[in-house]
Amino acid sequence: MSPSPVLAMRGIDKAFLGVPVLRSVDLDIEPGEVHALVGENGAGKSTLMKILAGVHTADAGTIELHGRAVSFTHPLQAQHAGIATVFQEFNLLPELSVAENLHLGREPRRRGLIDRRAMAERTAELLADLGVDDLAPAAKAGTLSVPRRQIVEIARAMSQGADLICMDEPTAALADAEVELLYRLVERLRDKGVSVLYVSHRLREIFDLCDRITVLKDGERVATVDTPDITPDELVTAMVGRRIEAVFPEPLPGTETGEVRLRVEGGGNAHVDGIDLEVRAGEIVGLAGLQGSGRTEVAEAVFGITPFTRGTVAVDGAPKRITGPRKAIAAGLALVTEDRKAQGLALNQSVKANARMVLDANARVHSRERLARIDGVLSGLDLVSQGGDQEVQYLSGGNQQKVVVAKWLAAEPGVIVLDEPTRGIDVGAKHKLYSAIRSLAAEGLAVLLITSELIEVIGLADRIVVLHDGRIAGELPAGATEQQVMAYATGRSPA
Amino acid sequence: MRHLRTASAALIGGGTGTVFALLAAIFIAVAFINPGFFEWPSLMAFLKQAAPLVILAAGQYFVIVSGNFDLSVGALVGAQVVIAAKLIDGEESRTLPVLGVMLLFGLGVGLVNGLITTALKVQSFITTLGMMLVLYGAIRLWTGGAPTGSLSEAFRGPGRRGIEGVPLIGEIPWAVLIMLGAGAAAIWLMRTRFGRILVATGDNDLAAELSGARTGTVRTVAFVFSGLSATVAGLLIGGYAGVSAQVGEGMEFTVITAVVLGGVVLGGGRGSVVAAMAGALTLEALFTLFNQMFLPASIRPSVQGAIIIAAVAYAAWRRTRRPVAATATVNADPS
Amino acid sequence: MSPRRLDTTALIYLALAGVVAVGGAAVAMDGGNLFSTANLVDMFTRTSLTGFLAIGMTLVILCRSLDLSVGYTAALSSLVAATTMDGDPGRIVLGVAAALLVSGLIGAAGGAVVAFLGVNPFIATLGVGLIIKGYLDTRYKGPAGDVPALFQQFGYTRVAFLPISTIVMLALAAAGIWFLRSTRTGHHMYAVGGDIDIARMSGVRTKRVLMAAHVLCGMAAGTAGLLLAARFGTGSAESYTNLYELDAIAAVVLGGTLLLGGRGGIAGTVAGVLILAVLDTVFNVMQINPFAKDVLRGAIIIAAVAIYARRQLGRTARRPRFDAATTGAGTGRP
Repeated sequence: MSPSPVLAMRGIDKAFLGVPVLRSVDLDIEPGEVHALVGENGAGKSTLMKILAGVHTADAGTIELHGRAVSFTHPLQAQHAGIATVFQEFNLLPELSVAENLHLGREPRRRGLIDRRAMAERTAELLADLGVDDLAPAAKAGTLSVPRRQIVEIARAMSQGADLICMDEPTAALADAEVELLYRLVERLRDKGVSVLYVSHRLREIFDLCDRITVLKDGERVATVDTPDITPDELVTAMVGRRIEAVFPEPLPGTETGEVRLRVEGGGNAHVDGIDLEVRAGEIVGLAGLQGSGRTEVAEAVFGITPFTRGTVAVDGAPKRITGPRKAIAAGLALVTEDRKAQGLALNQSVKANARMVLDANARVHSRERLARIDGVLSGLDLVSQGGDQEVQYLSGGNQQKVVVAKWLAAEPGVIVLDEPTRGIDVGAKHKLYSAIRSLAAEGLAVLLITSELIEVIGLADRIVVLHDGRIAGELPAGATEQQVMAYATGRSPA
Repeated sequence: MRHLRTASAALIGGGTGTVFALLAAIFIAVAFINPGFFEWPSLMAFLKQAAPLVILAAGQYFVIVSGNFDLSVGALVGAQVVIAAKLIDGEESRTLPVLGVMLLFGLGVGLVNGLITTALKVQSFITTLGMMLVLYGAIRLWTGGAPTGSLSEAFRGPGRRGIEGVPLIGEIPWAVLIMLGAGAAAIWLMRTRFGRILVATGDNDLAAELSGARTGTVRTVAFVFSGLSATVAGLLIGGYAGVSAQVGEGMEFTVITAVVLGGVVLGGGRGSVVAAMAGALTLEALFTLFNQMFLPASIRPSVQGAIIIAAVAYAAWRRTRRPVAATATVNADPS
Repeated sequence: MSPRRLDTTALIYLALAGVVAVGGAAVAMDGGNLFSTANLVDMFTRTSLTGFLAIGMTLVILCRSLDLSVGYTAALSSLVAATTMDGDPGRIVLGVAAALLVSGLIGAAGGAVVAFLGVNPFIATLGVGLIIKGYLDTRYKGPAGDVPALFQQFGYTRVAFLPISTIVMLALAAAGIWFLRSTRTGHHMYAVGGDIDIARMSGVRTKRVLMAAHVLCGMAAGTAGLLLAARFGTGSAESYTNLYELDAIAAVVLGGTLLLGGRGGIAGTVAGVLILAVLDTVFNVMQINPFAKDVLRGAIIIAAVAIYARRQLGRTARRPRFDAATTGAGTGRP
């Protein structure tokens, strides 16, 4: 290890609401190094990155940049210190041009005025420097394609004079040809002596691009190795391997797999293709895949938000044309969405108002009996609140999720699609949700469980369907290993 | 009894209690200056005068809580009065048919506002601003500039007269009864599925939509209710004050002030209809207080402006100070 | 998205040309001439007052704010100017300075309530407007002050068919365009209106930018007040009854500036002002009932915004993986 790393993080601890997310993590990054940060979902990668970006502050530990201790309480401080972060969600203003976005807040000036010529020139230089020659500095960011926006974000990080650029799953939204472009960019950065912290699941990229790899598992650093010293299979083994039995409840007695309740044949639209799915009563089917593999898109297609344009969907044997949420609900479907705050809850409303939202919105499922059962549904999920009149914004994440689940259960669906149901909730609440999912199956519901956490699919699903690049890469029975799932998810065949 | 319970629930929860405290404080001040105010006749006169604004506030509440504005209500109130005068033209027998025409017109204006806002995706501020201009011009175009015709006695009844000879109270104005009826209807509506979905839509329209709600439809219906409230208010104001070209002018801002004073948040999803109506009552009480204090009427807008800024600033300040236990978990996404 | 989508400003000037052509033809068929000196003077005279207000309004709307108090500010400014000048040509400069100072302070007050107290701009500036209204109604029962003849020239003199006030308005518009393009504060208004969080994260001093927009909007309204004073020869409290603020907002959104901020500009606003003025003149010349103008105006504003609503750029684009041909049609997300 060279004597003067760009970045040295030592003993970083971070907990949210008392749940430790990072435990004493160390990370060193050398100048001009491309350093991969890998780990399963929930391993703590994003949190570590957000600490570097100044979004979160570490509870304990030190960060040294070029040997000098730093601490960030605001993203601007991190930027000024020379750490730039390219997040997955875009941080460009669509109405501003590429050049304006690149220089926002730091516009070059001459005699106090914005020097547009210098701005355009610098932009052209920067882009040329990155080997990008077909991006007009004057183009509005909103008119660019996704990979081009990403280029702009990276160029912006460069223009900030950053000597460490963190990239969060940069290829999640890219097609293969565009990934090549990203490779070239990263290699340019390395040539210029800029260090890159590369957060990704995609093994191929990691082995193609990165010099060293740090593996996180359950918030701890498992290993930091030179890339040549490890094989893909060893890396997967290092990432996975949590004890599953301890966490997941067994199927409830009396759970029986019955008739097919949801069947999709040859489903496809702009985002996914060739989707064949079958979920039976009492069955939990896991839908696994890496970020950007089309998991959520399948859920949205089934629920009619972005309907399938090809193929057929049948619910309880009857063919259905599901072109919107109302049709889906009428057909007996329910969708617990990925982002419960943006898509699931009216945060200023009470627990009760949210729990009856689906019933209130759909005359076809509304009934006095179902309304009367809501309290029972909520207490069946062990909701902890100060009563039905409490506004859901004051509940914890886990309890909010229970309200979302209750809202759907109130309508007594036959098929329930759960998209990342445990995202951002603490371990205890996760446990209760797992039990709840089991009892849904026991009651004869068909459950389609979408999750990016491998152990969840493995611990809960009766069958696992793995997606890769918008298509089904393979199907595995219960008892599959994480390596097998990962193999399909990364586009290889399991050994 | 139920209204009382709703009112008290609103007092305790939801953070809309401030307006009731303010209303009580103003009433106390009025009582201090003029103890006679709380005798039935003057109290009834106060309520009669306040009734149109309270009804408009209920209508505006539906629109605001669903996340929109209705700036066209003032012009609509004016239009309705002018339409009534021109069509009735002093003929008693035309009263009922003309009321029917007004009703259709009010509902139609609301429907157009709603459809332009939801189907054409024009911000409601612009839609209803445009509607305000259209109504203003169209009515004057139709009447040739100044209102023509006159209202019938029957038409003026609801705004002017009442049930006489009620023991203890004396006369109960029709306007007060209409106000109570409209208020009760509004409270009832907000407890129906429609009301719940309306608030949910204003709070988070994506979540409502994904739950199967027809968000565009409920928002449109909210505009229709606002149009209806302007029609009823027009009937009362026309009856009370007669016809003039100025009827309704600036009322859209007064009523939005009232609703916001009631703790209803612009942008939707927060606040109760009871509090919105209480806001209107508070504003009217404030004007009464000014009268009692012999303040010049011209100073009213200043106080109104200062109070509305203070009320909203206070609400904003309280929201930021409130402990939000859940926010920590937003960031906890360890993905 | 077509590769050569027409710039919104180009579109609005195209619309202006269309309105002028159709209006000119209509007047000609009626036996008149829209482009006679008298009619041109009438047309341009109409632009200056709304123009001043709309230029300032553009700045606040670009920041995703609003100013409903400009009509009242203009009325107050006319009084401040007229009473300060008090008929003395030597006090013109003082009067102008006082009016601009007062109107700038009013803008600052509204801006501070928005930026620092977090009050919705609709409410904040409505409140400020009402406060001024109360003051005006109480303090001034009628016209007050006396504007010296020299300053009244601002209201009446013209060069050929261009009134001085219009020239000043166009100069102010040019200055505004330059300000938005060439100064940091101006440029940052687009960022603040586009996404205030991204702007803040990029190091933009968002509150300062908001304040600047409101102060400049107030001063633009003050300039409109000076014009009112010059035209009337006195300060006029009553002038707020014309609801100038709504005219200004109408011109701004007609000019393609997004009511939700972050997009548009003063060039478009000027076109919006011109379109409204041309319509007014055409109606005037053809002796159409002036109230028809209001109807048309309301309809045009709604139609314009409905058209602009179809031309929005999305911030997040989900990339289609399959059948890319259907992408433009949108993903049908609610």
